[in-house]
Amino acid sequence: MVLALWGFGSIESARAQDAALAAPTGLKAVDHPNDVGTSVDLTWTLSVDDNARAQPRVVNGYEIYRSLVDGDEREMVGEVPYGVEKFTDQQCTAGVPYLFEIISVGTGEQRSEPARLAKPITPIRQWIDRSRAWFGVIVVLVCGAVILFTRLARFGKATYVREIAGLQAIDEAVGRATEMGRPCLFVPGLQDMNEIPTVAGINILARVARTVAEYDATLTVPTARSLVMTSARETVQASCLAAGRPEVYDENLVYYVSDEQFAYVAHLTGYMVRERPAACFYAGTFYAESLILAETGNSVGALQIAGTAEASQLPFFVAACDYTLIGEELFAASAYLSREPQQLGSLKGQDAGKLLAGALLIVGCALATWAALAGNGSPAESMLVFLKDTILGRGGAG
Amino acid sequence: MKSTIPWLIAAATGFVMIAAYFIPAAQGWQGEVGTWFEILAAFAFVLGGANLFAYHLGKISARRAGWGYSGVTLVAFLVTLAAGMLKLGVPAPDRYPTNAWAGDFQFEGSVSWWLYWYLYNPLNATMFALLAFYVSSAAFRAFRAKNTEATVLLVTAFIVLLGRTYAGAWLTSSVPENYSALTFPGMTAIILAVGNTAGQRAIMIGIALGVAATSLKVLLGVDRSYLGSDGD
Repeated sequence: MVLALWGFGSIESARAQDAALAAPTGLKAVDHPNDVGTSVDLTWTLSVDDNARAQPRVVNGYEIYRSLVDGDEREMVGEVPYGVEKFTDQQCTAGVPYLFEIISVGTGEQRSEPARLAKPITPIRQWIDRSRAWFGVIVVLVCGAVILFTRLARFGKATYVREIAGLQAIDEAVGRATEMGRPCLFVPGLQDMNEIPTVAGINILARVARTVAEYDATLTVPTARSLVMTSARETVQASCLAAGRPEVYDENLVYYVSDEQFAYVAHLTGYMVRERPAACFYAGTFYAESLILAETGNSVGALQIAGTAEASQLPFFVAACDYTLIGEELFAASAYLSREPQQLGSLKGQDAGKLLAGALLIVGCALATWAALAGNGSPAESMLVFLKDTILGRGGAG
Repeated sequence: MKSTIPWLIAAATGFVMIAAYFIPAAQGWQGEVGTWFEILAAFAFVLGGANLFAYHLGKISARRAGWGYSGVTLVAFLVTLAAGMLKLGVPAPDRYPTNAWAGDFQFEGSVSWWLYWYLYNPLNATMFALLAFYVSSAAFRAFRAKNTEATVLLVTAFIVLLGRTYAGAWLTSSVPENYSALTFPGMTAIILAVGNTAGQRAIMIGIALGVAATSLKVLLGVDRSYLGSDGD
């Protein structure tokens, strides 16, 4: 009985291979959205012979061909395996109408008749990526608020800024180092100048270097990137000049160590143990080395002030340092320390951004609660999906 | 001019990056800007190497504290540089059988490869391993119940630490299924999913806004302290 069934199956599969392959149907093409007009998205319905359970497989895949409207320049633009119902041709030219064909591919040379596109498709160049429109709106609102409050501050509108203990302690830390006759150490983190936390760290360095110059203390700045070293040298030199002490600037104290994370850490910890700095400042991007640095600084009795935008490293700095600038405080430091009205105005703009984020959070929570109470298909669910997927989701702020 | 020209370059690059995010036709510009940065970074490597050499040489000649380590650094620097540039131990590739310099410097068995795997990697791992000891000493200090906040931290840390071990699950295994939130793993999950996540997200929102505002200040030239001098 089993043999008979096996034999029947073999005969059926042999017949399937002998018969003409069925072509896929319903070939459709649409211009790929939000691109420069070089892509076309194709979809189709699988060939009836593309059966996942057939053994051996009758259809092994599909070949996709593209040609101009008059049939010229016909070429295969892609192959996809069985069971796949879509393909994106990314080699088109914007504004040129194309025709597409798709063919089922069987064993060996076996090919189906082509399924053709009913009418030509012309890829079009889009000037604006509309999927990112909501993100654009949020950027305009936040940046608009920053610019508005910066302008207002320029015209004399006073801005209140709360006290940031870590920044107020800079003078204390440098004063302590001066009294003890020990150096100050500034670590600008691991990243290069193209990272905003590094820029924020260098802005803090400007203030630290100025205080050091005023107090006639010593400041050492080992860097992990040579571009950061160049920038830090310029900053320290300008700060010494601003403090009226250009002669105290020593470029040899701002030097490059290594791009390698733990080589840099080894140098810093060695320096701390040998030179025993009285004040250590960490401002920039830090990863696993944050705790090694802060604990070593702690062990040599340094007063430590740290600031980073890496949320995962904040607990380590909080545990081992005397003061920690948490997240946004690192970016607010430049404005806080300089007390320039324009910069303080930008902090007010950030607050407007926080209001917007808070409002979105409240709306989201309210919609989620309403949707949970009202059940599937409620207007609240649609609004929540729109908020999550369109405004905050793909292409949005999320 | 000293800070204006660098600011103009930074502003132009920044606005190009923003435009490229919203304009499909300009998306290639992001790559161009990235390539320019890579070129700059390549020159910076030379600058960094020269500075490293000069700094440690100066330290050795002045016999400053730790000058012996500077000697080790210089020897390691020169040996690694020579092994990589001269492609020591790299066999000639099939395509250019008479020219060993055409081979890959990372070839398995080459001097560079050996230095990386048998010197650099173990040293790196050793430094990383030190973290375990530092975590212990930091935790000992952080978890002392000096005041109310420190006590809350201590209790929370105790629950989370215990909840992530087998002992935590075993200690509260007799708690009925309906009250699983009261087990150590259950309380840990709630603390991480509710308290910890909410705190982290609040910090992340602040950081994102701070990055946006700082970027804008850099682009508009409001804050030029990173360029060395505000004045021209």
